[in-house]
Amino acid sequence: MKEAGGLAPSQQIAALSSLQGPAAGVSRLLSSWLAKLKHLILIPIIFLLWEIGVRLHWINGNVLPPPSATIHALIDLAEAGYLWQDIEASVLRVTIGFTLAAIAAVSLGLALGIWRSAAAYLLPVIELLRPISVLAWIPLAILWFGLGDHSAWFIIFLGSFFPIFTNTYLGARSVAPIHLQVAQCFGASKWLFLRRVMFPSALPYIVAGLRVGLGVGWTCVIAAELIAATSGLGYMIQLARTMIETEKVMAGMIVIGIIGFLMNSGMHWLERRLIPWNPDRH
Amino acid sequence: MSEISVRNFTKVFESQKSAESVSALENVSFEIPAGQFLCIIGPSGCGKSTLLHAVAGFVKGTSGEALQDGRPIGGPGPDRIVIFQEYGLFPWLTVSENVEFGLLAKGVAATERKQTVQRYLDLVKLGGSERRYPHELSGGMKQRVSIARALAPDPEVVLMDEPFAALDSLTRDVLQEEILRIWEATRKTFVLITHNIEEAIFLGDRVIVMTARPGRIKAQIDVGIARPRHPSIRTSHPDFLAIKEHLAQLLRTEIAREAA
Repeated sequence: MKEAGGLAPSQQIAALSSLQGPAAGVSRLLSSWLAKLKHLILIPIIFLLWEIGVRLHWINGNVLPPPSATIHALIDLAEAGYLWQDIEASVLRVTIGFTLAAIAAVSLGLALGIWRSAAAYLLPVIELLRPISVLAWIPLAILWFGLGDHSAWFIIFLGSFFPIFTNTYLGARSVAPIHLQVAQCFGASKWLFLRRVMFPSALPYIVAGLRVGLGVGWTCVIAAELIAATSGLGYMIQLARTMIETEKVMAGMIVIGIIGFLMNSGMHWLERRLIPWNPDRH
Repeated sequence: MSEISVRNFTKVFESQKSAESVSALENVSFEIPAGQFLCIIGPSGCGKSTLLHAVAGFVKGTSGEALQDGRPIGGPGPDRIVIFQEYGLFPWLTVSENVEFGLLAKGVAATERKQTVQRYLDLVKLGGSERRYPHELSGGMKQRVSIARALAPDPEVVLMDEPFAALDSLTRDVLQEEILRIWEATRKTFVLITHNIEEAIFLGDRVIVMTARPGRIKAQIDVGIARPRHPSIRTSHPDFLAIKEHLAQLLRTEIAREAA
């Protein structure tokens, strides 16, 4: 398997990085990147063992198709073009549902941070809604919005909303006492306090909430599509299940995993970029 | 300029068990005439910070009152700006954005804001550091930013809560001289809390000595040394040395009493 050879270039780059000169900075960056990549080594090993297991008939290939068949199914789906359509449908849904949730949850979290008396009334309601699994909302979503995008947006919205809200509110309440005193001392208005003190104080929490919320949103879009949609990756694996095309189900799951992983990495990157004043990150 | 009166001020920090209630201040009364530089000194835990926070408006008295120009101080406000020992700078704002904060709160127009920020950054000798973030600055520079931020909205009263206690002694000396220069230029009402005798005499028109807990006023000493004061008076001026000896004795008895 190709993946198994991954260490050799990494060793070459590591050797390069010891060279002096202007290229040293670039190669140091590459080698640190590859040093992180080496932590992914278990993934190809698992795939390899799995493949061998099926080939040697330790594992029933009808129940658990080997990676080669799964990758083959993936290539077929990609070549036929269905895969891209389904990815597009799912990503678009999660983008819309997540964006709406982010706007609502951040606004509400900050507003309740400012108006604590309103928070005292609203928080019990939110805490009562929060433990209800998003899956439990799907029947209601179908009754209200029918099958399709609106149901999916609603489900994703619900899934993303709570982690973003909880983090934002926690962040809004985490304003350091001395910063609160400084703002009071200068007679800052609520709006100035929100803009220049509370929001930046809460930002690290908000970004962490967005990252978790996007992850939950991504699991929700699949759940919604399994039941309440006629396109998307969730619909695709559900359809493959009815045809007993197990390798297509697996292929879809792998794509779901990879996209979720990329979204999470992207949010981590954003987290580091958005908070330039934090000395820990320099 | 503005005068401050504190009358029969008592503060007890209540605890659920009455045995654990702490009496921080007991029947404290004093006046600060407009434009005076007052220093308050006392052993640690004597309630001097509580007293400053009462004048700032953060702390309500159990009994007694604090007044500004005859009106009761009901809460914190922009005519009494506090400079904290821990600076209280906003780490997400640049140096100039930090100094701008009070001006934004006051509703000053953008062009005037920019000029005022620059003027006060120049005053504390931080011109050129406008775009840096607090974590890039030394402790002394952070306190300079905090001083500029406090002065920029032109408050009537400036309250300093052990502003130099966290700094090394060299930086402390330099900043004392800066504060002295700024006060002599602006002649606002300044109140400075300290546990450093030399600092109190070097800066103050008057020094109030507090007793150990519960804090009461033990003595009020006028510092008659002429202004402008030169840094060298700290080691050579006979009045300075005499007051220093006197204050040291007063504080020594308090610390001994607390330990007893």
